[in-house]
Amino acid sequence: MIAMDETDISFFKDGLRLDGRREDQLRPIKMEVGVLARADGSCYIEMGGNKVIAAVYGPREVHPRHLQDVTRAIVRYRYNMASFSVEERKRPGPDRRSYELSKVSREALEPVILTNYFPRSVIDVFVEVLQADAGTRTAGINAAAVALADAGIPMKSMISSCAAGKVADTIVLDPMKEEDNFGQADLPIAMTPNGDITLMQMDGRLSIDEFHKAVEMAMKGAQDIYQMQRKALVDKYSQLEGEPHREEVQACD
Amino acid sequence: MKYLGMDRMDRKVVVPGDLLSEDAKKSGDGTFIKDGKVYSLLYGLANYRDKINVIPLSGKYIPASGDNVIGIVKDITFSNWIVDISSPYDGLLHISEFPKRIESEEMSKYLRIGSSIMTKVKDVDPTMKVELTLNDQKLGPIKTGQVVEISHTRVPRLIGKGGSMISMLKKEVNCNIFVGQNGRIWINGAAGDMDLALKTVLLIEREAHTNGLTDRIVEFLKKEKVARS
Repeated sequence: MIAMDETDISFFKDGLRLDGRREDQLRPIKMEVGVLARADGSCYIEMGGNKVIAAVYGPREVHPRHLQDVTRAIVRYRYNMASFSVEERKRPGPDRRSYELSKVSREALEPVILTNYFPRSVIDVFVEVLQADAGTRTAGINAAAVALADAGIPMKSMISSCAAGKVADTIVLDPMKEEDNFGQADLPIAMTPNGDITLMQMDGRLSIDEFHKAVEMAMKGAQDIYQMQRKALVDKYSQLEGEPHREEVQACD
Repeated sequence: MKYLGMDRMDRKVVVPGDLLSEDAKKSGDGTFIKDGKVYSLLYGLANYRDKINVIPLSGKYIPASGDNVIGIVKDITFSNWIVDISSPYDGLLHISEFPKRIESEEMSKYLRIGSSIMTKVKDVDPTMKVELTLNDQKLGPIKTGQVVEISHTRVPRLIGKGGSMISMLKKEVNCNIFVGQNGRIWINGAAGDMDLALKTVLLIEREAHTNGLTDRIVEFLKKEKVARS
């Protein structure tokens, strides 16, 4: 944590957060399915100030060959932040942080993908963060799950992801940049709609009671995000128009 | 459930993990059973008949034994042609599956790299080795006409129930059409007829997820014919 007197920043004003949200409220979310013509499946998502695009390719032939598995498809997940996605230019290319996020995000999605349907192949997932505002891994996982469905890949269920945090001794849902940077804890999770958790990380300290409250809150948030993912997918094919069209989903709660 | 989307007739857009039925016996293609209930595996259209099938809206072609496909030769080895069948898995056409007995040295005389062939999947093994054959009357190299590629998920709509759509199309546009299960379609006929056939196939691809498609295609063909004469 940054050596800064936490009482210096007030996270709440008239019971609302710095951006006017309640404690248990998500940032506005916008999702668009099938934004990339060359990818087999794609999704663009905005979660508050986060802007993330996900592309799925495959199943396709594995290169390099030695990575292939004769019994199942392998899943590769690449999380990457654009150099212009943060205030201070990020040095481009993979670093320790993006390796870790790629690994945990892959492990969040892999349990629902039926990899044994496609032996000797690979499913490539690319997640590019265009603008970061705390919670890019959750936005990336949400976009990747929609892109996987859009690519026609068989899955046992969707995956939705959301974070909860602790600021000024209060548990809040979906922390934004200020709350993440100067808060006391951050707890991102990913789960299936029926509540099986596939990713859980924690940074900072929480008491057992706070932890339970944060998990519960994040799960509720993920459930709401699932409904938006579902709506974005269903809406893509709900109309009869001949020309390809895009549906936008706006949701504020 | 909150969002049910389009709910016309017996078809509905579903996403992976959607509950389709409480009756495990109704589980069809694109579904799985958990705790005696049927769920969707795919993002696609669920068809409620005696069994529930989910037809995907996108995805790669996975070869199955007995499928007719259109392939393009991409390499020649000692006794096999390696054939691209627009799938994650390449097809192998063994020299003995050619209708005529030929020698290994002569392979490129009959099928060169880049040649298109109408072929059939003879067998697929568990490691996804795909064996092709040309031993059937309607199979063979493509020498005339043109090939278009659509998503293989739209092929069932192009063929229609019991082949209704494709036989109607063949008659109406006066063309010979070979539909590959991998989404490649060969059309052969007079130049003007081929153009119309091509346009129609692409229209079917675009509107494959809609209801009452055959009627609208008949209407479209009628209009196009009036415009041309």
